[in-house]
Amino acid sequence: MRRGRVAVVAATMVVLTACSGNAGGSSSSAATAAADPAKVAGEITVLTNRTDQVADGSLKKYADESTRVHPNVTVKFEGLTDYEGEVKIRMNTENYGDVLLIPDNLSITRYPTFFAPLGDSAELSRTYDWTDYATVKDKVYGIADYGTATGLVYNKAVWQQAGVTRWPMSTQEFIDDLKAIKAKGTATPYYTNYKDAWPLQKWTDDIGGPSCDQGGKDKLSTTAQPWAAGQDLNAIDGLLYDTVHQKLSEDDPTTTNWEGSKTLLGTGRIGAMLLGSWAVPQMQAAAIAAGRNPDDIGFMPFPQATGGKLCTIIQPDYKYAVNVHSKNKEAARAWIDWYLTKSGSAQAEQAVSSVKGSPLPASLKPFEAQGVTLLPGQNQVNAAVISKIDKNSEIGLGSPDYRQKLVDIARGAAPGDHDSYFAELNEKWSEAQKTVTG
Amino acid sequence: MTALQKDRGPGSPVAARPAAPPEPPARGRAPRRQGTRRYWWFTPWLYLLAPLVLLVTFTYLPIADMLGYSLTDWDGVSPTSENVGAENYADLFTRPELFKVFLVSGVYLVASFVQIAGALYFATVLSFNTRFRNLFKGILFFPYLINGVAIGFVFLYFFQPGGTLDSVLRLFGADGQQLWLGDPDLVNKSLAGVSVWRFMGLNMVLFLGAIQSIPPHLYEAASLDGANSWQQFRHIIAPSIKPIISLSVILAISGSLAVFEIPYIMTGGANGSETFVIQTVKLAFKFDKVGLASASAVVLLVLILIVTWIQRRLVPEERVELS
Repeated sequence: MRRGRVAVVAATMVVLTACSGNAGGSSSSAATAAADPAKVAGEITVLTNRTDQVADGSLKKYADESTRVHPNVTVKFEGLTDYEGEVKIRMNTENYGDVLLIPDNLSITRYPTFFAPLGDSAELSRTYDWTDYATVKDKVYGIADYGTATGLVYNKAVWQQAGVTRWPMSTQEFIDDLKAIKAKGTATPYYTNYKDAWPLQKWTDDIGGPSCDQGGKDKLSTTAQPWAAGQDLNAIDGLLYDTVHQKLSEDDPTTTNWEGSKTLLGTGRIGAMLLGSWAVPQMQAAAIAAGRNPDDIGFMPFPQATGGKLCTIIQPDYKYAVNVHSKNKEAARAWIDWYLTKSGSAQAEQAVSSVKGSPLPASLKPFEAQGVTLLPGQNQVNAAVISKIDKNSEIGLGSPDYRQKLVDIARGAAPGDHDSYFAELNEKWSEAQKTVTG
Repeated sequence: MTALQKDRGPGSPVAARPAAPPEPPARGRAPRRQGTRRYWWFTPWLYLLAPLVLLVTFTYLPIADMLGYSLTDWDGVSPTSENVGAENYADLFTRPELFKVFLVSGVYLVASFVQIAGALYFATVLSFNTRFRNLFKGILFFPYLINGVAIGFVFLYFFQPGGTLDSVLRLFGADGQQLWLGDPDLVNKSLAGVSVWRFMGLNMVLFLGAIQSIPPHLYEAASLDGANSWQQFRHIIAPSIKPIISLSVILAISGSLAVFEIPYIMTGGANGSETFVIQTVKLAFKFDKVGLASASAVVLLVLILIVTWIQRRLVPEERVELS
């Protein structure tokens, strides 16, 4: 009944699409690659979160280039500002583009409901990395464009002025370095981006980094107390807590500004921010715009070494998928294949392309030089269970709220302390775990 | 009055309220004129067709759907969901921390009384021959015309440490920075202040309209009897606009319970500024508990209906006779 009603509303809104209904076309259930790319035809709509690339025409340029390989495929883009929020609501209808990015907080078990299978995992994983992030029962439902390393973007000049020349090897050393930066008095050592909130959820990406374990995240499904001492989340959230508690972050986190933070870091008024390596080109652009040296922007792994070596997870960005209701699945697949392997978009973003054997981008060269262990993604065996526990517990590893509260507690704006809050999180987690895994 | 008011036109404030359903449109039916032939009885209904269709499509059907969702465990995306009966309601009422957020509404409630008092004051002053009265009316009403998102962004700068508010206070010799949004004791007061700034103009316009319907000879007679301005307000203006004041109070209370826009845009509910509606939105869209969120929306609806009902019992509507 619900779907029926939503469909009626959708039908009135997009009369054309709905009228063609289930009339067919050349659609098969799987979105497999066509034998002859020149013969593929159709008009497809690509939903994207990169409104900036829609606006500056760089996506249009990719689309034009792709017509040289598939002359009969027309690609249109639709940029969504609040991508996660809007796409999830549109997925109640059949009208959510032909190619789209899989929303982050969609549980992996739902993929077959919404997306067309792109091929067998055994076959696709020979060409692409990270296919297991979207594999359900040996079928792949989404392929990432590129991956980014987890870690901290920082201003080298600021750190050098404070007398720090090497990457911190422990969280304590990191705190000491931030103190040295604060003592210089010219820069805010760390910037939380609390107000824009999503940068706080990036801390979750570093799970697996402190323990140098690709299965770090998978283990959450069996760990009753993920915030207990020695666990990754204890190291990660503990570092955030200490940074804020020792007043090494901005004075008023509630009025931070993401766009502004790029310039602040680019011009050396911020020491470091925990993001992903994708942030490096943006910070460099901000530095250039402010007339500073883009080479000052550096990237370092999470500051906790295991066996004397730092570790970083290279994890995939959004995964591209084909709408299961699309009537141009071949054309959609042709676009995805071309975009991921031929367009050079990953290189343009200074990211690690998902095509196997691609070279590392410049921002990660120092990682190789310093012998950082690069872990190619997290294990995904228990992803569905973890997401279930997470939602059930209302903690939200993938949303920023619980870390905002952590920051509030650390700066004394909310009741509680480090131990009490970690205990509370542990309790919520283990309780939800019991109801989910029994 | 607070955030929910954004949708309410000054003309028919009751009609757009989701909380208290509008009066049955049938009452608006024109009395049948004598001599009209019998089969034209449906003419008024033809005129009502468009608004009725809109009302049913966008108010009653969604509410019915919401009631339906509240009995399921729907997660917001999956095509199937299971009927769980009253489990969501049981869940809701066994977790008192979900109702703690209503404490935040208290701050907004206090603020909305400040707002009504301010609006009354300005409406009274501006209904007399004040210099530049139209200019002042414009200035006071203007904030209501600005988009809520824009207001959120403007006030983010306003409340920044060393921002506009701090600079202005420094002009008056008040030194020292306040974390207007960062201080947990201040954040809700700051946000409620934005609400007051935004909605006072609307209240004022409502009051102005009512005050202007008071026959001027009443003031003349009163001043001949030696009544001063306060006495005129107390004995002429206040009783005459009583229905509008009590309407404003109802809107203020339901608005305070359902604050959403300004705190959501400015703080996202962080730092203890979470309201009941923000909490509901988070349950639905962050934790995929659309069933539970629908149940809490139903609870909010019922709460507002109860509050309104109690208030109507305490302050019954009465006709005001002006002569």
